Amino acid sequence: MAHATDTTGTEPTRRDFLLLTTGAFGAVGAAAVVVPLISQLAPDAQTVAAGAPIDLDLAPIAEGQAIKLFWRGKLIFVRNRTKKEIDEALAVNIATLRDPQTDQQRTKPGHERYLVVYGSCTHLGCVPLGSAPGEPKGEFDGWFCPCHGSHYDSSGRIRKGPAPLNLPVPPYAFTADTKIKIG
Amino acid sequence: MSLRLSLVGLAAGLAFAAASPVLAAEAGPKPPAQSWSFSGPFGKFDQAQLQRGFKVAKEVCASCHAMSLIRFRNLSQPGGPGFTPSQVAALAATYTNIKDGPNESGEMFERPGRPADAFPAPFPNEQAARAANGGAYPPPIDMLAKARTYTRGFPTFIFDIFTQYQENGPDYIVALLTGYKDPPKDFPPLLPGQNYNTYMPGHLIAMPKPLNDGQVEYPKGPDGKSPVPETVEQYAKDVTAFMMWMAEPHLEARKRLGFQVMLFLALFAGLLYFTKKKIWSRLPEHASTH
Amino acid sequence: MSGHSTYQPKTGIERWLDARLPIVRLMHDSAVSYPVPRNLNLLWTFGGILVFMLVAQIITGVILAMHYTPNATMAFNSVEHIMRDVNFGWLLRYLHSNGASMFFVAVYIHIFRGLYYGSYKAPREVLWILGVIIFLLMMATAFMGYVLPWGQMSFWGATVITNLFSALPVIGETIVTFLWGGYSVDNPTLNRFFSLHFLLPFMIAGVVVLHIWALHHVGQNNPTGVEVKDVKKDTVPFTPYATIKDLFGMVCFMLVFAWFVFYQPNFMGHADNYIPANPASTPAHIVPEWYFLPFYAILRAIPDKLGGVIAMGGAIVILAFLPWIDTSKVKSMTYRPIARQFFWMFVLVCIGLGYLGAMPADEPYVTLSRILTVMYFGYFVALALIGIFERPAQLPTSIADSVLGGSGARLAHATASEPQAKG
Repeated sequence: MAHATDTTGTEPTRRDFLLLTTGAFGAVGAAAVVVPLISQLAPDAQTVAAGAPIDLDLAPIAEGQAIKLFWRGKLIFVRNRTKKEIDEALAVNIATLRDPQTDQQRTKPGHERYLVVYGSCTHLGCVPLGSAPGEPKGEFDGWFCPCHGSHYDSSGRIRKGPAPLNLPVPPYAFTADTKIKIG
Repeated sequence: MSLRLSLVGLAAGLAFAAASPVLAAEAGPKPPAQSWSFSGPFGKFDQAQLQRGFKVAKEVCASCHAMSLIRFRNLSQPGGPGFTPSQVAALAATYTNIKDGPNESGEMFERPGRPADAFPAPFPNEQAARAANGGAYPPPIDMLAKARTYTRGFPTFIFDIFTQYQENGPDYIVALLTGYKDPPKDFPPLLPGQNYNTYMPGHLIAMPKPLNDGQVEYPKGPDGKSPVPETVEQYAKDVTAFMMWMAEPHLEARKRLGFQVMLFLALFAGLLYFTKKKIWSRLPEHASTH
Repeated sequence: MSGHSTYQPKTGIERWLDARLPIVRLMHDSAVSYPVPRNLNLLWTFGGILVFMLVAQIITGVILAMHYTPNATMAFNSVEHIMRDVNFGWLLRYLHSNGASMFFVAVYIHIFRGLYYGSYKAPREVLWILGVIIFLLMMATAFMGYVLPWGQMSFWGATVITNLFSALPVIGETIVTFLWGGYSVDNPTLNRFFSLHFLLPFMIAGVVVLHIWALHHVGQNNPTGVEVKDVKKDTVPFTPYATIKDLFGMVCFMLVFAWFVFYQPNFMGHADNYIPANPASTPAHIVPEWYFLPFYAILRAIPDKLGGVIAMGGAIVILAFLPWIDTSKVKSMTYRPIARQFFWMFVLVCIGLGYLGAMPADEPYVTLSRILTVMYFGYFVALALIGIFERPAQLPTSIADSVLGGSGARLAHATASEPQAKG
């Protein structure tokens, strides 16, 4: 390579610069190609549109009963709680809770008898029992997950068992006294 | 040299065969080329035109033709007619007979439309459409701009690669919508349900002349008059532009991204060319000497 | 050609791995130090371009399969769902559909390059035959892929092509029924085509590995057709010399590819395939995809059903026997004045057949198809005969001589190949 090095002194730098620019272009191009390949994994427009907010009439739910429904493919429990269940939920000292939340934080003011939570155990995603009549409600008058024995109270808070968090409350708002919009 | 001559002869023969009229009896005249805002490498839809076209499609075409690949929400997506989401929601709600269900008692019910719903079809199935239209099936118009074409012939179709002409479908549809004429004298008498059209292959079409001057009221400009004429030609162009958008709703995004990609690749190719020259200018010692 | 390995493991980890699985050595030997003839022109970049296209088709195809529904009632709409709703779905689908066409553009250039420079001749017969197998697999894959959107052309293309097998005596009807999984092209057909369309590209990839293995064992042919005599003088290392050239060729090819994907995405398709499949009505004018047209023309040129199928199959299969049909010892057509003219005539014949395949089965096209079909097969007869009496031009004594203007390199186009040594 003797003859290569004894040419003009600037040549190696120019060559390096060219190689570097070309390499950078290649890298940018490769990165740009990844964008559509990854973003196609995200929910498509139809899925997003189908996840628009839904309206629900709570009037048919009798006191002490719960219903199940789906929003965005996720199960949601809506429970019309009894006086006893509400009192139990309010009476808990939240300092003793694994995931401290007051019952007020989990319901809408003036509509405390309605509890709306996702029906998916925060441990590994099983559906807790306790919504239908006759199902075990666990030790705290809420829900009991049969998979690994998590007990939720009448506010959907985790009280016993392996689950780390309370049943989450989906975004919703009351549009009338017994009507809500989920989403 | 005889071989060379035969090569030339073969090429000439092929070119002649290619240029000879193909099935002149069957094909109608070539549709005239329209000027479209969405043609060419920087083509974009004309929003006002798409909105007018949608009005024509909704008020005229939709009574027989389905366009169910379009969902109401598409009307507000980027690169489309540019309606607002609230306009779309209001429009969807005017369709009160969207089938849904079953409900708790196991029955199907009807409810107002939502933006996620498909544009309702005028007939539940092809058989019902045929029964209502004297045996002819009004095809869905959502894909028609890409599903219709006409023969370009040799060598035009090769030039089309470079001119990017690809509006075969829209040009044909405009020609068809405006091509209703009285049949020539020597044309066999039309049967009931047949109509004569200059551009329809075979000239017989079941669809009666769908558009007439003044049939659809266009939005008024500040002077109280529609900015474009309310004529068959204008309706045809507008509804065809809308059909092109229905067939290719991401056309604008495609062409925009295409320009960026082409620019990038051209620069990258240039860089690679010089890098290659640099690298090849210094061969390994043993290969560059005798 | 592959001599002893020049790979030197540097770190301890590399030495450790090299003693157990010499994969880095394998890659180094086949993609870095592998010697390539120094006079390769840009036509030799199409091998790399084809690898790129195969990978691109597999990636976009696997993604499309995530969103596609192989069911006769849903397939058409699921493709439209990809085009309309999936993020960048229109891009991925157009890349895949135009990618199939570009794959064939590249493979035809690759094949004709091999035909011109005699790359099928000893010692590259197996390499060539593997290439013919890849070509056949590609055709099967492309055909089944075109069925998946379940449009009018999908359905009727599937009907016509599967019916070809009914021409076979005795077992024909059974084969067709087994291909269909029913009594006509229907949902079972679509399902199995989807499954096979997913599988075959990986089989292609497997044969490609064999193809490259054979290539690296015998070494690349080159524009002179003169074998490498002195590795030091006649070759350069694959990296960086061939790598950068392949990359340049690839990006130029991508420019053409992108032009179609972004600006003319439906140019190479059929408008009729945007109409959902309708078993009750055949489109007025059904033609296969452009890359099948020459073979389709040969099929239609023969007035007998079985004869047509045999001629069409023979047109491809005969390629596999080319190493033994061509009697000339000289590889490159550059040095074969008579055969070269026949070669260019053959190119025109193939283009002509392609054009005729797209035309209706009417006069004058049928007669022309017959003439060109005879000429297609005539090329192979000609190659068998020309080699006996043709007097080739004088070959360069070596590759280095042809590049550096040595005594043997008298023909200007023999030296017009890329590398120009400086200094």
